[in-house]
Amino acid sequence: MTGFFTLLHKELLRFWKVGFQTIIAPMISTLLYLLVFFHVLETRTEVYPEVAYAVFLIPGLIMMAVIQNAFANSSSSMIQSKISGNIVFVLLSPLTYHAIFFAYILASIARGLLVGLGVYLVTLIFFDIPLLLPWWALLFVILGSAILGVLGLIAGILADKFDQLAAFQNFIILPLTFLSGVFYTIHSLPTGWQYLSHFNPFFYMIDGFRYGFFGVSDISPHISLLIVFVCLAAISFLAIQLLRSGYKLRQ
Amino acid sequence: MMLPAIEIKRVCKNFGGLRALVDVDLEIYSGEFFALLGPNGAGKTTLINIIAGLSLANSGSVHVMGHDVLMQYQQARRNLGVVPQELVFDPFFSVREVLLIQSGYYGIKRNDRWVDEIIERLDLTDKADANMRSLSGGMKRRVLVAQALVHKPPVIILDEPTAGVDVELRQTLWDFIQQLNQDGHTIVLTTHYLEEAETLCSRVAMLKAGRIIALDSMQNLIGKLTPPGNSVRMRLLPDRLPLALQPLKKSCNNGLYELRIDNYAQIEFILSVLRAEDTQIQEMHLQQPDLEDAFVSLIRNSGNKLQ
Repeated sequence: MTGFFTLLHKELLRFWKVGFQTIIAPMISTLLYLLVFFHVLETRTEVYPEVAYAVFLIPGLIMMAVIQNAFANSSSSMIQSKISGNIVFVLLSPLTYHAIFFAYILASIARGLLVGLGVYLVTLIFFDIPLLLPWWALLFVILGSAILGVLGLIAGILADKFDQLAAFQNFIILPLTFLSGVFYTIHSLPTGWQYLSHFNPFFYMIDGFRYGFFGVSDISPHISLLIVFVCLAAISFLAIQLLRSGYKLRQ
Repeated sequence: MMLPAIEIKRVCKNFGGLRALVDVDLEIYSGEFFALLGPNGAGKTTLINIIAGLSLANSGSVHVMGHDVLMQYQQARRNLGVVPQELVFDPFFSVREVLLIQSGYYGIKRNDRWVDEIIERLDLTDKADANMRSLSGGMKRRVLVAQALVHKPPVIILDEPTAGVDVELRQTLWDFIQQLNQDGHTIVLTTHYLEEAETLCSRVAMLKAGRIIALDSMQNLIGKLTPPGNSVRMRLLPDRLPLALQPLKKSCNNGLYELRIDNYAQIEFILSVLRAEDTQIQEMHLQQPDLEDAFVSLIRNSGNKLQ
């Protein structure tokens, strides 16, 4: 286990040493989103009974920050190591595929949670945000950041250059995030879009996370939990197979 | 019989249509200082990568200290330290952090004493707490060597470790590596500085176009592949070789006569003939066959057969 803990420690240090870029900057971006949306949409009607729109928005924005940073952590670490060549130090070592996988994913979860916690604590200064079911919120935020950490790892392994990684981020992760109900409830969408939203796994993460705050969700949190868990298991299996086969890592 | 530290059996590796390694069979014994030589693109690094698990062979098997590099990859890698050819580094950490992290990958928790010793032996003490980004190329090379040694592997592979580094580092590095070899570590070296291989290594394999074209002790290889005896090259004034020395003449290039000598006593004979003929020596070199001669001869002669 020492090897695994060392790699995890190294991955944590990697983002901690550049904390302004990896933690503070995304927190500020998220708070700016909140500031802009709050001023533009403060007169908008309540989405849930007795929940102001800004307050409704906060869990969605927190989750958005969490998943974007979880993805950024594993993907940038992997591709930087590949392109600079220092991935050899991990590949030459007796670390198992599982140890490599879990170290990268736990570091992604940690960064996602740190950014999310930072945003949450700052918003608490300005808003009265209920957190009715904290364990549900914690469960979904961990699973959500784990899914994005795994997707980041897969993208980092598959991409040969930063350009390809940016394409993955901009054409897959960003649209799935923005169309997942961060800014709205899917009941406010036309029927066709509502139907399509059910195929977006990010929707279940955000809906389940919001359930932890308000005790209200678009669909049952148990179904969301099941879907999120199945998604995580499926992509984790794929990522471990990639590590095991050495695809794009070992020639 | 000695246990092979590295055992390579019928290894083939293709990159698309390129046959990088063709049926390579090789055994490197425990405690050897072994040279793996060949021109650029011969397959040396590919072979090292397969031994290290950085590249996967299309067929064949490789064992390190008796452990299959695929099926028992953890044990195989614990027994192996590799200094890669590329100058790679992790820009987030200092030298000491890098070495302690690398130790951790091998399951070693408290390795400060050995890490301090490597740092000292490789003259990295002043830079131990410096970030990797701030180091010169030579210093980064030293750290690569140190990283390969953190877990005290019985088998150490150095892929062109002295490429582009100054004389001082080379001397420091070779002193350290020779000490490790004397302590029982098996050393495999690739280098384009053939005099290094000749001085340090006891056995040599030469690769060309993915095949081993020679495998022998250093002494035998030089003996077999170079013309017997030494020779002496001279520039004379007047530019004329006395008749008595004509039977010894091997060649004459740009006024430089090359004479074959079977023993050093012949030099006195050559000098006496030149004195008698009132001929002055303007320039003189004593030539001894070396690995470079053997290398050139082998690569040249195997050319047609292997293309």
